[in-house]
Amino acid sequence: MIVVSLVIISRSQFTADLSAFLPSNPTAEQQLLMDQLKDGLASRLILVGIEGADLATRATLSKTIAKNLRSNPAFVSVNNGEAITTERDRSYLFNHRYLLSPAVTPQHFTVDGLHTAISDSIDQLASPAGLLTKSLLPHDPTGEMLQLLDAMNASNKPELVEGAWASRDGDTALLLLQTSAVGSDTDAQKQAMQFIQHEFDQATESIAVKAQPTLLMTGPGMFSVVARDTIKSQVRVIFVISTVLIALLLFAVYRSLSALALGFLPVATGILAGIASVSLWFGVVHGITLGFGTALIGEAVDYSIYLFMQSDQTGDREQSRKKWVQLVWPTVRLGVLTSVFGFAALLLSGFPGLAQLGLYSVAGLVAAAIMTRYVLPSLLPADFRIRDVSNAGITLSHYAQRARRLRWPVVILVAVSSIIVYQHHHRLWNTELAALSPVSAADQALDTRLRAGMGAPDVRYVVVVSGDSQETVLSDTEKVSAALDGLVGKGLLSSFDSASHYLPSLKTQQARLASLPTATELKLRLTAALKDLPVQPSVLAPFLTEVEAARTKPLLQRTDLQGTSMAMAVDAMLLQQGQHWSSLIPLTAPESGNIDAAQVQTALDQAQIENTLFVDIKAESNRLYSGYMQEAILLSLTGIAAIIVLLLFVLRSPSRVMAVIVPLAAAVLTVMAGLTLFGQQLIILHLIGLLLIVAIGSNYALFFNPVNKQGIPDISPRTYASLVFANVATVLGFGLLAFSSVPVLQAMGVTVAPGVILALVFSAVFARNKD
Amino acid sequence: MNNLLLRLCLLVCSIWAITPSSHAQATWDLDQLMQSLATTRTGHASFIEKKFIAILNKPVESSGELFYTAPDRLEKRTLQPKAETMVLDKDKLIVEQRGKKHVLSLQSYPEIAAFIDSIRGTLAGDRKALERSYKLGMVGTEQSWNLSLLPLADKMKKVVTSIDISGSGNTLETIEIKQADGDSSVMTITPLPAL
Repeated sequence: MIVVSLVIISRSQFTADLSAFLPSNPTAEQQLLMDQLKDGLASRLILVGIEGADLATRATLSKTIAKNLRSNPAFVSVNNGEAITTERDRSYLFNHRYLLSPAVTPQHFTVDGLHTAISDSIDQLASPAGLLTKSLLPHDPTGEMLQLLDAMNASNKPELVEGAWASRDGDTALLLLQTSAVGSDTDAQKQAMQFIQHEFDQATESIAVKAQPTLLMTGPGMFSVVARDTIKSQVRVIFVISTVLIALLLFAVYRSLSALALGFLPVATGILAGIASVSLWFGVVHGITLGFGTALIGEAVDYSIYLFMQSDQTGDREQSRKKWVQLVWPTVRLGVLTSVFGFAALLLSGFPGLAQLGLYSVAGLVAAAIMTRYVLPSLLPADFRIRDVSNAGITLSHYAQRARRLRWPVVILVAVSSIIVYQHHHRLWNTELAALSPVSAADQALDTRLRAGMGAPDVRYVVVVSGDSQETVLSDTEKVSAALDGLVGKGLLSSFDSASHYLPSLKTQQARLASLPTATELKLRLTAALKDLPVQPSVLAPFLTEVEAARTKPLLQRTDLQGTSMAMAVDAMLLQQGQHWSSLIPLTAPESGNIDAAQVQTALDQAQIENTLFVDIKAESNRLYSGYMQEAILLSLTGIAAIIVLLLFVLRSPSRVMAVIVPLAAAVLTVMAGLTLFGQQLIILHLIGLLLIVAIGSNYALFFNPVNKQGIPDISPRTYASLVFANVATVLGFGLLAFSSVPVLQAMGVTVAPGVILALVFSAVFARNKD
Repeated sequence: MNNLLLRLCLLVCSIWAITPSSHAQATWDLDQLMQSLATTRTGHASFIEKKFIAILNKPVESSGELFYTAPDRLEKRTLQPKAETMVLDKDKLIVEQRGKKHVLSLQSYPEIAAFIDSIRGTLAGDRKALERSYKLGMVGTEQSWNLSLLPLADKMKKVVTSIDISGSGNTLETIEIKQADGDSSVMTITPLPAL
């Protein structure tokens, strides 16, 4: 079994992104959100900032890095405001202006339409911008290009300083990169990061700089790389430290190397079985699961502690261990079963992250227990012995006797805790998905800063149009755009972006082409239109030629966008998944502040466009998380109910079940109150921690209320000693997690470590008197 | 009676004293012009601008108002033929036209920047700023001076050949811009009471 586990693990994939904490059976909106988080264009963007040195140096570095990265196939696009893409953008818009401009209608090219448009263009020459537009007039007297440029400028762009993008304050040179690999491909993202770092290092070396410039990188891909590295290194450190600490503890107690090695056998089996089963079932193992696994060592090691320490060390040891199996094993088995029942509930979770934790725990604990019961005793050498701990046990049993006097103080403590928890019940849980993010606050602040400098607002409101082909989706997108234009006109939206701005549907393109008159017809109309305008028809000869050329050119396809910055925009907004197409239309709030979601919804409803969804991504992701939270609370309660049913079935006495449950409930309440008092808002992993308190604490409570009461005359001093050592081992395992900077690991640590101590103490306090 | 005469004399003298005399300085050089211009803290004027563009048979005319606040805010509010506002504030150019607002950084458009700076720099009497982009020349007297600005940068020379500003005392009267392609524009400025 161990060999099989090793083989499976060697082929396992490990990830560390937040996707494990997103649902596996999502609604349409959730699916979209997840796709965007995992593989959407947003996930492929890397924002690069260069700080330090002086303005000119930063701009030079930006240009050098951009130039070198542009030839790297790992990047689809590298933007730093240089004219390279700007020129291509302009020529795309200019060459295809009659297909792209929404002003192109049959009316626009009548004598009246031409007259109005051309006199507008002449007025435009009077404006200061006339200097720039003058050369356009002979080619584009109807002003299509200006219209398109206006639409393009609606989106915020960073400012150019020394020919490269810089933040508003000018202190940071900015680049926007799009990787070829999707954001969830953490290895590729890491490689992309290394490419950037390499080019930066090369570029800084080649120029002599006084003040050393620094390189900043951010983006969803970067976040997953950093998160994975952080979780990896922390899990490794925690694993090593907790193993060493537990080993030291056990050696101090056992004073025997063979006992130490054998004691770890169930632990190793448990870890291997846990990882292997998660890998088999889910295909991939999440970093959080591994971190959690290291903590579970602390519990799995308990079983061997019970076996070694509770068996009599003085008489016939072999006989004594047989007696242990006969008398104590049922209690341990019940403890294992309660843990398994508790965690099995998590298997039902629709969120792979939780289900992984559940499966890992169930498989790990069962494997460790089976190893302890069936394999370990036969492996023990005949002369196996550990230090006798009876003396320590006797002292402990005195304490345990006296602990019962603490009943009332503990009852008061629990009552106070209940009041605290009740008073905070509105703010008890953190319902923001971001609370789970393994990205540090500093990294998030950097991201916000660079984003703000880039003038790229967070995409919060999106209209999603779905359909079965690119053409249908684009066509519906145009209808939505028309409805949204009305909102922009009313000032309810500042602007919106849409794939159809850059790539109109074929139908619309055809309609626009059909609006263009033939060369002879246009010439006649133009002459008439120019009658009282200060322009000679001969000046506008290029216009006639270019309109005629547009009439014969093929319609625009997606490939025509290649090499422009608009290609990136279209890729981000026009998505295909198999037969399913969707178009995203991100909305920008008016300067006054927020988007009135109800108004947008009404406008969309009135437009009556099928397959259109208006999504508030922030609300949706928080709804997603709170749904996830509620599910987890429900599952945890189910787990606890399953434990109670199991105990009722085995102990066959409600009062004995109560005696087991009361100390655990008291521990859970006290920990919740404590966390709240320390200002911690509970996240989902605190909840898992609470479940763990019940699962692990049940072992202690059961020893105070053993299964076969007839067989064990009283709780032996050795049992007390073993419980304390088992408890210390668990606290060591979980306590280290509390020092992690990864919120999900930290949450589990700060919950379980104090919780299991309280569970043991309260079990002693509430242990039933000898009747 | 004597008393009245004395008062009148004092009044005349004080007027004499606060107005720098052109009689005292027959020559009027660039520095003096700049100093004089720099005394203006705020200004409000109407303008009429005529653009002579080769591709058009007749000049296009626009008119509106100018607002100036020393040292670096200039607003050009065009009312005819199309309402349009252009505000130059430090190095930001805010253009509002056709109901849309664009914020440009002057650094992104060095030609326009130099162009606009010629007017703003003149208004502010900022010789240093002007000399960064132009070769300056001045002729005339305090009552009627003419300042010419010739671009220094090649890039700028491709757009603008020369800018001629004429005025009297610390007020600007006309701004004539000759473009490299032969087109030109003349802006006539009439002071309005301060708002």
